[in-house]
Amino acid sequence: MDAQPVLEVVGAQLRFAGDTALADVDFRMFPGEVHSLMGENGAGKSTLIKAITGALRLDAGSISVDGTTVSFSSPAAAQRAGIRTVYQEIDLLSNLSVAENIMLGREPRRFGFIDWRATRLAAREAMRQVGLELDPDSLLSSHSLAVQQLVAIARAVSTELRILILDEPTSSLDQDEVAELFGVIRELKARGVAILFVSHFLEQVYEICDRVTVLRNGSMVGEYLTTELLRIDLVQKMLGRDISELDIESRSTAPLPESDRRVVLSAVDVGRAHRIEPTSVDLLAGEVLGLAGLLGSGRTELSRILSGVDPTETGRLSYEGKQRHFSEPREALAVGVAYSSEDRKHEGIIAELTVRENILLALQAEQGWVRRIARRRQDELTASWIEALDIRPANPEHPAGLLSGGNQQKVMLARLLAVAPRVLVLDEPTRGIDVGAKIEVQRVISDLAATGMSVVFISAELEEVLRVSDRILVLRDRRAVAELDPETLTVDMLLAIVAKADSDE
Amino acid sequence: MSAATPVAQTRLSSLRKLIQRRVSWLPVGAAVLILILMFVAGQSYFGRFLTPRLLSSLLVDNAYLIVLAAGMTFVILTGGIDLSVGAVMAFTGMLAAKLLSTGVPTGVVIPLMIASGAIFGLIVGVLVNYFDVQPFIASLAGMFLARGLCFVVSLEAIQVKDTTVLGLQSVKLGTFEWYITPTGIIALLVIVIAAWVLGYTRFGRTVYAIGGNEQSARLMGLPVARTKVLVYVISGICAGVAGLLFTAYTAAGYSLNGIGTELDTIASVVIGGTLLAGGSGYVIGSLIGVLVYGVIKVSITFLGADSSWTRITIGILLLVFVVVQRVLVARGSRR
Repeated sequence: MDAQPVLEVVGAQLRFAGDTALADVDFRMFPGEVHSLMGENGAGKSTLIKAITGALRLDAGSISVDGTTVSFSSPAAAQRAGIRTVYQEIDLLSNLSVAENIMLGREPRRFGFIDWRATRLAAREAMRQVGLELDPDSLLSSHSLAVQQLVAIARAVSTELRILILDEPTSSLDQDEVAELFGVIRELKARGVAILFVSHFLEQVYEICDRVTVLRNGSMVGEYLTTELLRIDLVQKMLGRDISELDIESRSTAPLPESDRRVVLSAVDVGRAHRIEPTSVDLLAGEVLGLAGLLGSGRTELSRILSGVDPTETGRLSYEGKQRHFSEPREALAVGVAYSSEDRKHEGIIAELTVRENILLALQAEQGWVRRIARRRQDELTASWIEALDIRPANPEHPAGLLSGGNQQKVMLARLLAVAPRVLVLDEPTRGIDVGAKIEVQRVISDLAATGMSVVFISAELEEVLRVSDRILVLRDRRAVAELDPETLTVDMLLAIVAKADSDE
Repeated sequence: MSAATPVAQTRLSSLRKLIQRRVSWLPVGAAVLILILMFVAGQSYFGRFLTPRLLSSLLVDNAYLIVLAAGMTFVILTGGIDLSVGAVMAFTGMLAAKLLSTGVPTGVVIPLMIASGAIFGLIVGVLVNYFDVQPFIASLAGMFLARGLCFVVSLEAIQVKDTTVLGLQSVKLGTFEWYITPTGIIALLVIVIAAWVLGYTRFGRTVYAIGGNEQSARLMGLPVARTKVLVYVISGICAGVAGLLFTAYTAAGYSLNGIGTELDTIASVVIGGTLLAGGSGYVIGSLIGVLVYGVIKVSITFLGADSSWTRITIGILLLVFVVVQRVLVARGSRR
């Protein structure tokens, strides 16, 4: 390795409110190389990117560009050092023209005033470099997402560009558009730009990247050359195997008798464009259906359709034999389908409210705000849920935001269970909580299934999916690819199916 | 047909291209249309309505409102709001009247008016940007502060006898029919400068960027903090200038001047096609908005109806515009 890295991060550490987001992470990028940052949700990818781009400051560790230690106080400072980012959610301004989006803040001026003709020319030149030919005066919002993405890259290219960070640039592009993007990436690479490419699609990572850094739970797993790392090894490194030794008895409870195993929820060809291909699945009473797949495989998207959070665009959904069209979560909730989001902080727990208020939220909403639940009844209900799920501290008036991740998850569960649902859809209920709490949540899920409730369970940890589920649906690249019986599976077999390349089929 | 179609298509597509480019001018066009319709309706109903005198007075009588609307346009374009302008205008007028009556020279008083307006704007801007106070609340505080200070200066109205200040309104340039006063010239000048700043400076474009998406603007490395403070300072300066024009217009400073003017200003800006959500609109539109407001006021007077009907008409018009804007925004984001 004779070349000097253009970017080097050493011993990066960062904590948010007690949670470790990055623990001693090293990361480096070489000029003319495409580097991929891999990891599941919460692995620390976006935190690391934010640190590199000046949006966050490290608690410890150093960042150096061309061997000089730097400390960026703002995104603008990082940009001056030649670091540019194109985000997944395109961070451009749809109310302005294409030319302005490319040149904003750097418009050529004459006598202190913007020279619009020169601005348009410069924008055209930048677009030419990424193979775009648009009317510079057209509004950005009049173009497709793929084109907007290229406009964002044109903005980056038009500057003194050293490092280009592409954060999930392909998630909303179709195949041809991805090919076009890759052409641009190769051209930039040839010009000596270092590119950080973040994507959930292994296929694409193997196609375009030279080097991979794997993160897990905020720690560094390692840095590898893509040519030397087998796909299955990469997935295994991303998912980790660290809790497999904590063996708890799997599904101790006896399954319901065959006669009670009727179909509760039935989905036929449900899907959403660019999210999940049409998929069919049945959910039986009293079973835990595990959804296995990597981030971006469509596991969250499918669960959101099943639970009525996002309406399906194709096919149909029937519940208890009756066809339903849910356009709002509360409609699904009304017939007994409850959903717990993977995004606990933003879509789940209301940090300012107490444990009691959080637990009773859904129940009160179901009853309508006029018919207030009597305070004594509230206290009774809360106490019983705190006891049943072993929420700690066992104080109903404790602000929910101050609980640990595991206990917040239990509060979320209690809220859903309080409305007595028939179907419970849990998207990564065990993410970011400690091992002990994980096992408790798993126990609660098994107990619920034993009482006849149907559960859809998502987890990035395959061991967990295997242990908890009665049946596993494997998703890959937004498609259901296999339905498996966990009895006959090992973690390694499941891993192989989850990680398999499409071309192998 | 085979020969005509391609031509028709290119013409159609170039028309579509033009509309796509200029879609943000549509609300301004709508305001112009309403203004023309009101002129036509007034002329056909009253007979002698559309006269040079009326058109001239429309500009001259509303000069202070035009200046306020220009400043407010900056603030609303960033997605903010400034409720303090009416009170700040009253305060600067009050201050000027007091100082002039104690013999301070006009050359000192006028810069002082503008500076005090800028300071109020600075306070609001700092509150909004650095203390993360809602613009509504921050400028409401500025409004109370300015209004309170009016009463500190004097409880009574103070007459202004300074010939320079009064001359701004009383000097009539032009013919008996077509005329303009210095106040009208100042108002038009403010509009031209504001339009130029918004269209041809990086600062101006940053104002639009913030209104489009503040987070994106920050990630693009634009000076968001500085710009957000500056728009309130500009609005404050405009309130100071409006204070001067209003003093010239009424020939007195009075604590209760300009109550509710901030709402007339906001209404004019919105009717002129600026989105309350920010990111889209033009100063020229705000000028049209003020003229629409002025024509409504005049028409109500012509009708001999109670002046509260001005408010009612403005209210209805505002409602229609806000709903139309919602529809436009919703259509834009669905794409």
